[in-house]
Amino acid sequence: MDRIYMDNAATTAICPEALSAMLPCFGDHFGNASSIHGTGRDARKTLEEARRTVAECLGAKAQEIYFTSGGTESDNWAIKGAAYANRKKGSHIITSQIEHHAVLHTCEWLEKQGFRVTYLPVDEYGLVNPRDVEAAITDQTILISIMAANNEIGTIEPISEIGKIAKAHKIIFHCDAVQAVGAIPVDVDSWGVDMLSLSGHKFHGPKGIGALYIRTGTKVDIFLHGGAQERGRRASTENVPGAVGMAAAMKKAVDSIEENGMRLIAMRDRLIQGILSRIPYSRLNGHSLYRLPGNVNVSIQYVEGEALLLRLDLAGIAGSSGSACTSGSLDPSHVLLAIGLPHEVAHGSLRLSLSDGNTEEEVDEVLRVLPDIVEKLRAMSPMYDDFIRGQRK
Amino acid sequence: MYSEKVMDHFENPRNVGEIPDANGVGTVGNAKCGDIMRMYLKVENGIIADVKFKTFGCGAAIATSSMATEMVKGKSLKEALQLTNQAVAEALDGLPPVKMHCSLLAEEAIHAAVEDYLKNHPEEAE
Repeated sequence: MDRIYMDNAATTAICPEALSAMLPCFGDHFGNASSIHGTGRDARKTLEEARRTVAECLGAKAQEIYFTSGGTESDNWAIKGAAYANRKKGSHIITSQIEHHAVLHTCEWLEKQGFRVTYLPVDEYGLVNPRDVEAAITDQTILISIMAANNEIGTIEPISEIGKIAKAHKIIFHCDAVQAVGAIPVDVDSWGVDMLSLSGHKFHGPKGIGALYIRTGTKVDIFLHGGAQERGRRASTENVPGAVGMAAAMKKAVDSIEENGMRLIAMRDRLIQGILSRIPYSRLNGHSLYRLPGNVNVSIQYVEGEALLLRLDLAGIAGSSGSACTSGSLDPSHVLLAIGLPHEVAHGSLRLSLSDGNTEEEVDEVLRVLPDIVEKLRAMSPMYDDFIRGQRK
Repeated sequence: MYSEKVMDHFENPRNVGEIPDANGVGTVGNAKCGDIMRMYLKVENGIIADVKFKTFGCGAAIATSSMATEMVKGKSLKEALQLTNQAVAEALDGLPPVKMHCSLLAEEAIHAAVEDYLKNHPEEAE
C-alpha cells in the first residue's frame, strides 16, 4: 500500500499548478526582477502578477504584500519591525501562550532587549478570550500578535473581535495566519489586521517563500538591509519562482476553499469520531467547531507519542506528535500544556493533518491500524498496568 | 535518526512483559518526563535466570529497555550492577544525543530491580 501522508500541517505536496507556474522560471524566465533589460522586465512582470494574486486572495492591495522567505521570517519581521519602529510610543507587546515558536521566541528575545511581553493564557480548547486581550492593554502597548489558527490543535481564534479591540485602541495588530491561509477564508479588512504572515508550503506551494502583508501606513522597521527590493523594505534578490509557485497554489486553494473545506471537515470528523470510539481513554485536543478543516489532534493515554509515530510510520502512515521526544526537549508541547493537559497526557498526543490529497480510504486504513498499535503499546506500558489494576480494586 | 539496531529492538522488543513470581522489581522514570521503565527479575542462585520489562516511552526508551534485558539475562547480580548506560547505547550502535537519557534510565531500572532483590536477600549482598 502507498504511504498515507497525514502531516499536512508540517508541509504539503506541491500542486501541479504551482509546479507548472514555476518551471519556466528555472528555464528561459530566469531573470533578476530588478534588472532593467528585457529578461529582467519579464521576471518583474511575473513577480508583480504573483503579488496581485496573493493580494486578491487576502483582500489586500498589491503594494501591501511583501515576499519573504517564509512564515518564520514574516513573524520575525512583523514583530521586531513593529517593536522597534514604535519604541518611542511604548514597549509592551501582547501575544498568547500558544503561538508558534517563530512568534514566542521572537517575543522572548525582545524581552531581553527591554520590551515587556504579556503571554495571554487560553481556555481548555485553545481559545484566546478577546476580553483578556483588552484587559492586558496598557498605555505602553504597541503591538498585539495573535495567530489565526493554531498549528498543533487547529483552534481558530476570534481574530476579527481582537481586530476591533486593537483598532479601538489604535494598536498595531499582527496575525500569524500560516496555518489559516488556504484552509479558511482570510480577509485583512474584515479581520482588522495590520500585518499578516503566511507561508507558501502550507497550501501546496513551494518551501522557502512566504509573505508579510503590511497595511498601508503601518510603522514597521526594515528587517533585511541591502538592496532596494520589495520597495526598499526587504532586501534580497526576489525569489521569482517561489512567489509564482506560491501565488498559483494560493489561488487554487482559495478558489476551492469552501468545497474543499466541507470535504475535509467531513473526513476530519469521521477520523476524530472513529478514533475516540475505537480507542478507550483517548480525547480530542482543541475545539470541535472552531477548528481547521484538516486538523485532528488527540491524546491517547498510556502511550507515548514518539513510539506511536514510529509504529504508524512502520505501517506507512505519517503523522506528528507534541510529545517531549519529538520536541527535542524534556517538555511536551507548550500548546498542549497551555490548554491544561497534564504532562503524561500531552506526551501521548497525535496530530493527523489532512489536505485535499487525502481520501476516505486512507481514513479507513488509519482507523483500522491505529487501535492495534495503541493496544500493543499499552500492553507494554507499566502506566496502563497500574491504571487497570487501580480500576479493579 | 535511529540506528537499525534501535529500530529492530523498538519493532521487535525482546523480553517484554512481566514475571508473575519475580523476586526483584525496579521502576524508574516518571510520566511527566515521558518515560517509565519497570524491570522484573527472576534470580536463581545468584544468576538472573529471567528478566522482563514494561516501558512507557519513546522509541529509544523501548529499545534501550529491550537491549538492557538482553545484556543482563544469564548474568550474575554483580555483573548486572556493572551494566552502564554507555554499554547499552553502544550495543545499540549509538543513540542520538537527546536520547542518551533513555539509556541511563535502562541502566537505572536494571540496578533498581537488582537492589530490590538484594534488599530482600541481604545475605547475597557483598
